[in-house]
Amino acid sequence: MPTATYAGHDVSVNDEGFLTDPGQWTEEMAPQIARSEGIAELTPRHWQVIRFMRAQYQAKGTGPTVRVLGKTSGVTVKELYQLFPKGPAKVAAKIAGIPKPRGCI
Amino acid sequence: MDSAIEKISIIVSKGSLEGIYPALIMANGARAEGIEANLFFTFFGLDAITKKRHEHIKVATVGNPGLHLATIVGSLPGMPGLMTSYLGHKMDKLDIPPIPEFIEMISDSGAGLYGCQASCDLFGISKDDLIEQVQGIITVGEFYAMAAGGQIIFT
Repeated sequence: MPTATYAGHDVSVNDEGFLTDPGQWTEEMAPQIARSEGIAELTPRHWQVIRFMRAQYQAKGTGPTVRVLGKTSGVTVKELYQLFPKGPAKVAAKIAGIPKPRGCI
Repeated sequence: MDSAIEKISIIVSKGSLEGIYPALIMANGARAEGIEANLFFTFFGLDAITKKRHEHIKVATVGNPGLHLATIVGSLPGMPGLMTSYLGHKMDKLDIPPIPEFIEMISDSGAGLYGCQASCDLFGISKDDLIEQVQGIITVGEFYAMAAGGQIIFT
């Protein structure tokens, strides 16, 4: 299984670069993962989404889709795509150290 | 990942519920993956973006063998509305949005929505007849120029 080094710690990741153990994640790793996804700087709005993803994952065992994020995170779909142009749910999950959310909608 | 899809252009040619949803789901799903997406509505597919029609899209209850309903039953008055309402409840439970809300969300995701010039001419539809999210009425040539370098899906 591949590994990556974020904030000086080695973590296990899958082929798409998602952490396989969300317990290995720390907030210090987020900026570096974000840069590898083309996001130069994490703003408070990014963090609102990232923390929401973590909380949802801990509560439900899976991260929310873009539709759920748009309805419940306090950030609109339009702004979500401005914050995470390469796919809000997917990229925010990666930065938040949780598995890629599954779901078609 | 050299072969990853980076752009899709989806042509929506049918005006039935089952003709429109798959295209919307594929466009929305593409954007969620960071894939550029454009929707091009032609012929009866225009109903999905026409102000007076987009809230009234129905399941085809005749000529639709997948529905497993005898044609004579499917042709009864009120049947399309009944089946549409039944499916709508099931979709709502799965958190699949109604077509107008879904199209608004897809537009918010940054996907482009376009009407087909030839079909708009045929049905006498102008830009004012289309929902505000539609970016323009374009020709087939303009569609191909926009789709260049990506994949084209016809539904």
